[in-house]
Amino acid sequence: MKSRDVIKRLLSYIERYSAFMALSFLMAALSVVSTLYAPVLTGEAIDKIISEGNVDFNGISDILLKLFMTIAITCVSQLVMNLINNEITYRVVRDIRVDAYNHLNSLPLSYIDSHKHGDVVSRLVSDIDTLADGLLMGFTQLFTGALTILGTLFFMLRINVPIALVVVFLTPLSLFAAAFIAKRTHSLFVKQAETRGELTSLVDEMVGEVKLVQAFSYEEEANERFAKINEALEKDSMKATFYSSLTNPVTRFVNGLCYTAVGVIGALKAVNGGGISVGMLTAFLSYANQYTKPFNEISNVITELQNAIACAGRVFELKNEETEKIYEGEEDIEVKDGDISLENVRFSYDKSRELIKCLNLDVKKGMKVAIVGPTGCGKSTLINLLMRFYDVDGGSIALSDRDIRTISRSSLRHGFGMVLQETWLKTGTVKENIAYGKPDATDEEIIAAAKAAHAHSFIKRLSQGYDTFLAEDGGALSQGEKQLLCIARLFLNIPPMLILDEATSSIDTRTEIRIQKAFHKLMEGRTSFIVAHRLSTIRESDIILVMKDGDIIEQGSHEELKKKGGFYAELLAASV
Amino acid sequence: MKDLLKYLKNYRVRAVLAPLFKLLEASFELLVPLVMAAIIDKGIGNNDKAYIFKMGAVMIALGVVGLTCSITAQYFSARTAMGFGRELRADLFRHITSLSYTEVDKLGASTLITRMTNDVNQLQTGVNMFLRLFLRSPFIVFGACIMAFTVDVKVALIFVIALPVLVIIVFGIMFKSIPLYKKVQGKLDTVLLKSRESLSGARVIRAFNRERTEEEDYRKATEELTHEQLFVGRISAFLNPLTYVVINLSIAALVWFGGEQVDLGLLKQGGVYALVNYMSQILVELVKLANLIIIEMKTIASANRVAEVFAVKSSMSFDKSASLDEKTNASDGAFISFKNAGLTYKDASEPSVTGINLEVRRGETIGVIGGTGSGKSTLMNLIPRFYDCTEGSIEIDGKPISDYGMEELRGSIGIVPQKAALFSGTIADNLKLADSNASDEELEIALKTAQAYDFVKEKPGGLKHFIEQKGRNLSGGQKQRLTIARALVGKPQILILDDSSSALDYATDAALRKAIKELPGELTVFIVSQRTASIMHADKILVLDDGRQVGLGTHEELLESCEVYREIHMSQDTGTEKDSSGLRSNRKSLNGEAFA
Repeated sequence: MKSRDVIKRLLSYIERYSAFMALSFLMAALSVVSTLYAPVLTGEAIDKIISEGNVDFNGISDILLKLFMTIAITCVSQLVMNLINNEITYRVVRDIRVDAYNHLNSLPLSYIDSHKHGDVVSRLVSDIDTLADGLLMGFTQLFTGALTILGTLFFMLRINVPIALVVVFLTPLSLFAAAFIAKRTHSLFVKQAETRGELTSLVDEMVGEVKLVQAFSYEEEANERFAKINEALEKDSMKATFYSSLTNPVTRFVNGLCYTAVGVIGALKAVNGGGISVGMLTAFLSYANQYTKPFNEISNVITELQNAIACAGRVFELKNEETEKIYEGEEDIEVKDGDISLENVRFSYDKSRELIKCLNLDVKKGMKVAIVGPTGCGKSTLINLLMRFYDVDGGSIALSDRDIRTISRSSLRHGFGMVLQETWLKTGTVKENIAYGKPDATDEEIIAAAKAAHAHSFIKRLSQGYDTFLAEDGGALSQGEKQLLCIARLFLNIPPMLILDEATSSIDTRTEIRIQKAFHKLMEGRTSFIVAHRLSTIRESDIILVMKDGDIIEQGSHEELKKKGGFYAELLAASV
Repeated sequence: MKDLLKYLKNYRVRAVLAPLFKLLEASFELLVPLVMAAIIDKGIGNNDKAYIFKMGAVMIALGVVGLTCSITAQYFSARTAMGFGRELRADLFRHITSLSYTEVDKLGASTLITRMTNDVNQLQTGVNMFLRLFLRSPFIVFGACIMAFTVDVKVALIFVIALPVLVIIVFGIMFKSIPLYKKVQGKLDTVLLKSRESLSGARVIRAFNRERTEEEDYRKATEELTHEQLFVGRISAFLNPLTYVVINLSIAALVWFGGEQVDLGLLKQGGVYALVNYMSQILVELVKLANLIIIEMKTIASANRVAEVFAVKSSMSFDKSASLDEKTNASDGAFISFKNAGLTYKDASEPSVTGINLEVRRGETIGVIGGTGSGKSTLMNLIPRFYDCTEGSIEIDGKPISDYGMEELRGSIGIVPQKAALFSGTIADNLKLADSNASDEELEIALKTAQAYDFVKEKPGGLKHFIEQKGRNLSGGQKQRLTIARALVGKPQILILDDSSSALDYATDAALRKAIKELPGELTVFIVSQRTASIMHADKILVLDDGRQVGLGTHEELLESCEVYREIHMSQDTGTEKDSSGLRSNRKSLNGEAFA
């Protein structure tokens, strides 16, 4: 994304707070003017102090009165500005984050499946955080910095033009010095980031799988590998840090030279009696001291802002991703059980590699359909299409003679109950997880569902039973236990049609048999799709589809296929 | 947090020199207003141009010396900070890898990773900035006060009043916001968690049409974060305006009372200028100090998080070092015995396994079977002491397993965990986990036993084939077979297969078991499985149900006597396994892991 577009987008978020922004600018202007006016007042006051017995106290008290007012104005305006900037920044950032997240929920699954989750998360979390820092700094320092430069110029030119010119021409030297160092150190920072990345991925692996490391007594080797990268990192960081840390001393030195020049030239002018008073010279020195500050601030802010814009760009990139396509005629309806037919369905994830070329299938209402076949044959793809996680590339899928693309995704999904092989549990209590599809379920209903899924007995043994809090991804639960909870989730909220994609793959066979019984009862009169690798679990299906390379190569009942002696029979023989 | 200071030990000299040179630089900086005052009083006052030039030269000289000192200081502080970072990181890494499973469970791997990376980086920056600025800024602040006294004692009293007020403001705000930053981080973590979960659970969320409620939850979490951020921000917003007021009121006072002193002839105009200048210097440095304090607040928070990890000590001690000799105890008497062994996980209300009694002879194969959550894996985790028994004990060669050294014990056990995890690196790197000196032949033998040789050979590069992080470029079955080979490379005396053939088809599984059986030496094998076919030929089968031992014996015995076993067996297709060699021919056509 181009920076300009990113900034435009950012501004559209900031626009909502434009009244705040205007106030912030006003306060910034006020605080800059009053801040710059203070040294002038102080200088004037010093000019009233000439020598022994020659001090104009009346004059001083008048000036001090003015000074008090400026101080009050500076204080209030700075405070108000800080508070407003704080509000704008964090509100803007909140808006962006919430928007981005909501957008994520309307993106097609193909986006989520094909992007690294870590990357998306870092867009939502750390990128937006960096953006917040950048914005806050930008708001507080960019405008005030620019105003300060202009204001200082104005005041200086008013007091004395030649000395003002000395300041104007000498101070940029420190900026050049800073820019020179920054340019030279950039590559060092890149190197540091690379080494740091290397270290992080090693840590990610070794700490992420620390149990494995211990099981193989690999600690020493791991430590050695770590030490090697760690040392390289020390060297790279050292270089980057040291060379970049020269910026401050060098600019301070150059500023010192300016200060001296102003001091000496100013003093020489003052000696001749004309040109400049001591008080004004002090005001000048004060300006010379601070004149480069806003430049440095602005250059810092610009770096931060560039960084922030890059981060914002990554966030907006996410926001620019096209949402799920809404088809013509798509509407919310109440989905009931019905015939499902696939006609000439064509689909592939990777458009350069065909997966499903031409799939035809008729499923009558209430049928139990089992799908078997080797990994990658398209079993789960079929489920993805039925649930409209993905839409077909060609052909059509119809439910009760209505193209499912004309049924809104949410109502279609309401019609299906689904248990997947990958168990997903939310951070929260066991109870919340079971009630995921029906948040208003009573405790009795939840327990009944858990019992039906044969999950009750293990839940009971958890430290707080149904109120046990599960950490991310089910916490300490075993794969099988997680799967039982997912099944319980289904039992609590039984829709007209069912999809069981390897729903019991991690459950021991004894429990599986019992759950299968419960499933059978559930499937009674409901159109159901079952993907399974244990052939024993699908025997009683009305129709078994054997898939291979995206095609249905055989279909029929268990007995028929067994007799046929084809691929299914072969699978069957191997699994005995 | 104090404990972390020990990592500065090796850099003691540099850590002292860095701030020292900074102080030198600061001292020169403090002289500048005096020189300027002299220019005003003597140069302008006496119309002495030569003097003005001389003093100008002095100021430049001060600048050059200051620059040299400062660069030296930057060098020493960077060296110190980076060295500190390296040592801390290395130690933390070592510490984390030494934590037992109980602690790892408690802390969670993702927490450990962020502490290892982000927090240590923050600490490194914190140390660097601390050495550079923490002494310099207060030094200039106090130095300016002292210099003020040399100019005029009476007027300098204003500094004595202003300074405590400034310190109260700066530190008051700092102490108010430290705990708040911690809170902000906590809320940010929640947002992170929710983001991650929404991605991993996208299908479920959509299947249950819970997008709107998830969005609502997310909005709430974000709102809470925003609330905390705003709150901290509001407090910090007071810092600059308040300090500004104090400084400028003081300047006004300086001018007024300085004027009085000049009126009395006790002070000159240049002196008033010097006093005002010192007061302004205080402001500049205080702002720096405030920014530094914010960095250091984050650093302290990071330090506490890192210290928390260090504070967690491994609950397991390996203080003894009996050796586990392959020759002892051949076939007579028990090699491994479980004596009423059991484990209750920390904070769990009921034991996960309890009352296990089992005697295993060297070279025996033990099947362990039971339902989901019956405690099979837990029991296996007790043998290499990933967890210590909370009841009863386990003995190997007649000695409690706690008598053995860690490497001795774990080095003798080859473990194939349920979850097939691999590291990024070549296949060979992964196989050599237990024995870094293993030869290619040894690796190949292990691969053959694990039924992995054929597919490894077909990969480009063979053993040198690169495995991506988390083994993404391998199928489930391939990963599983590699983990089996990996366990065999260490030439273990005990092999534990923890449900590790679940992704293999029956034929491969059978071939695997046969190959293991044929290995030379007396390998004692534990096979954990949910399918009776995998364990029916074991010498003994242990049947677990709800963490309890409900059966022990051979397949036939158990079919007779054990209700649970019979049920499991009956639930699994037609019963007896065919001769595995006869099935081998089928395998190729079925592509090994047809049902992976």
